[in-house]
Amino acid sequence: MAVSWNKDIDAALSQAKEKHKPVLVDFSAAPA
Amino acid sequence: MPLGVHIKENPTAFHRFESVWTPTALVLDENGKERHRIEGYLPKDEFAAQLLLGLARVAFMQKKWADSEKLYDEILQKYPNSEAAPESAYWKAVSRYKGTKDHTVLGEVQKTLQQKYPNSIWTQKAIPWAD
Repeated sequence: MAVSWNKDIDAALSQAKEKHKPVLVDFSAAPA
Repeated sequence: MPLGVHIKENPTAFHRFESVWTPTALVLDENGKERHRIEGYLPKDEFAAQLLLGLARVAFMQKKWADSEKLYDEILQKYPNSEAAPESAYWKAVSRYKGTKDHTVLGEVQKTLQQKYPNSIWTQKAIPWAD
């Protein structure tokens, strides 16, 4: 199953609060 | 809610969460508070178990004891040989105790930890619970 990654941290945090969901943050330095 | 941050594209976010290495994965609660941190590469199953540890911790910190117990149990069922398993057994028992005040569960898990994971630090942490 493909994961739809959000790139906007503030938007993701805002959505998490609104939907009462936890957030997974993946910090990477790998080439896209 | 998955959030992908490439450190070269968004170094501010990298520093905002005091990240110091890649890969780093964080599990945040709905208020953005960090509840679990995974630094460095892990094989698929170990990573999945760590993610579940993070979700269980979120539930635990919200005092959703039944939910955290269920998530810790999921780790034990799906990844019994993972590094996360003994920690999950420990916190599953604590979740049960918190929800029921039945302290016998702590003595029981101490025996289980001793039997299944004799070399784990979590087994040592449970020593005070021995009957």
